[in-house]
Amino acid sequence: MRPDPILRIDTAFFWEACERGEFVAQKFNCAQEGEACDTLWHPPRPMCPKCHSTEKEVQQLSGLGTVVSWCVAVRPQAFGFEEPPIAALIELDEGLRFVSNIEGVAEEDMQPGIRVQVAFADTSGGKKVPVFKPVSE
Amino acid sequence: MSKTNNQAAIVGIGQTEFSKDSGRSEQQLAAEAVIAACKDAGINPEEIDGCITYTIDNSDEVDLLRSVGCKELNYTVRLPQGGAANAATLYHAKNAVESGVCDVVVIWRAMNERSQYRFGQPTVSISPDANGSTFIEWCFPFGAQTPATWEALSCGMYLDQYGVTSEDLGNLAVLMRKHAATNPNAWFYKQPITLDDHQNSRWIVKPWLRLLDCCQESDGGVAIIVTRMDKAKDLKQTPARLLSAQYSFLFNHEIISDFYEGDVTRLAFSERVTEKLIADAGIAPKDTDIAMIYDNFTPQVLRQLEGFGYCGLGEAKDYIADGNMELDGKTPLSPNGGLIGEGYIHGMNNITEAVRQIRGTAANQVDNVETAFIASGVAGAILGK
Repeated sequence: MRPDPILRIDTAFFWEACERGEFVAQKFNCAQEGEACDTLWHPPRPMCPKCHSTEKEVQQLSGLGTVVSWCVAVRPQAFGFEEPPIAALIELDEGLRFVSNIEGVAEEDMQPGIRVQVAFADTSGGKKVPVFKPVSE
Repeated sequence: MSKTNNQAAIVGIGQTEFSKDSGRSEQQLAAEAVIAACKDAGINPEEIDGCITYTIDNSDEVDLLRSVGCKELNYTVRLPQGGAANAATLYHAKNAVESGVCDVVVIWRAMNERSQYRFGQPTVSISPDANGSTFIEWCFPFGAQTPATWEALSCGMYLDQYGVTSEDLGNLAVLMRKHAATNPNAWFYKQPITLDDHQNSRWIVKPWLRLLDCCQESDGGVAIIVTRMDKAKDLKQTPARLLSAQYSFLFNHEIISDFYEGDVTRLAFSERVTEKLIADAGIAPKDTDIAMIYDNFTPQVLRQLEGFGYCGLGEAKDYIADGNMELDGKTPLSPNGGLIGEGYIHGMNNITEAVRQIRGTAANQVDNVETAFIASGVAGAILGK
């Protein structure tokens, strides 16, 4: 079954949000600079590279995005998966890019530009990770 | 470009055989390669006072010194970013010897990446905290677990946007194997392929990478000795001077799983390195006599050809198909067969080939080589006679 996510000190918030069915990104409270900072970051990091704040905030994302590129590992097959998954690089509507899976699309129908929305998939240890499915019309 | 006594030069090259089963430790491969490089140069290993390698290599500095008998190091560095750091070793070696921090630097790489472990297979034990990339944490749970999958995700938008086909990639694989076929040191010596062979080779990662688009998992060691021209004069070989070496490690970029910043259809760091090389050496990569460009996977070469200014965006597939990189073309590409054809010692064997071409001793010697370009994405170096 799908491997569990790897939780690190600076990234656990993301995977813990998935447990609640929330797809989030990181931003920092830069209020000490006199203005709020709305920049979202992925992958997460311990410090804002603009203002160097370490006051982290979490923002809910729309869960909508567009496929940039995709692939299927044929040989060797992916560790932990019964069927080779479609992995994809997705550009989220908020501008961040995120690697995930595309479900509900046949391999022969995959192409860049497909609009997708987030869902959640179970892992071997009972955790959840975000995966993407075509936007329902 | 003035020929000063202070200028850095590669004066020795050494290697083991390239195989799939070396039958000895990575430490031994490292030591054998270093001693071979010292003998080639005519340098006593006791004179080595600096050493450089890069991450994702098990061979260790302490063990290496114990085997080859260096007395004292004044400088040692292990660069981040794995194989992408390959050409950056020359940048560091050049700075180290030209500044006088040390006099004789050895750069080495030694791996049993086929017989001891499988470099191209999913790595479940690697730490997510290292290696210059976030691929373990942010790709592994989604089944993107190997270098080939990260490469496919990274290059997909480029290949789609410019209409690059599997046959276009195959043309490059055929070229690398053609060069390897006449290089006795190459794993694929006497084994050229046709475009049909490429098209019939099994998928590794759909829809972009067939078996013959990938470099090999190789066992082997390679070492290089760098010193200054004042010392090089008294050594055995024609020195290959380091006219320039440049490096660019950009914000929010990472290696191979480089998805998160900027335009993913172009290599911003290669473009930066090109600017710096032209400013420093007065020579553009495309105006050198041969190109040694890191070919872990075929798409990586196309993107680097554009990033390093050989041709415009989207033009690399045609630039290759038009014969520009054949042995008798404008700029021969990896006459040794590259990492795809000769062996995958993470780019080190492309540096040694550049040195042989400058010396005039290569298996597939190109006529009148005065300069050579060595590239590994984030770094590039220009060698000269």
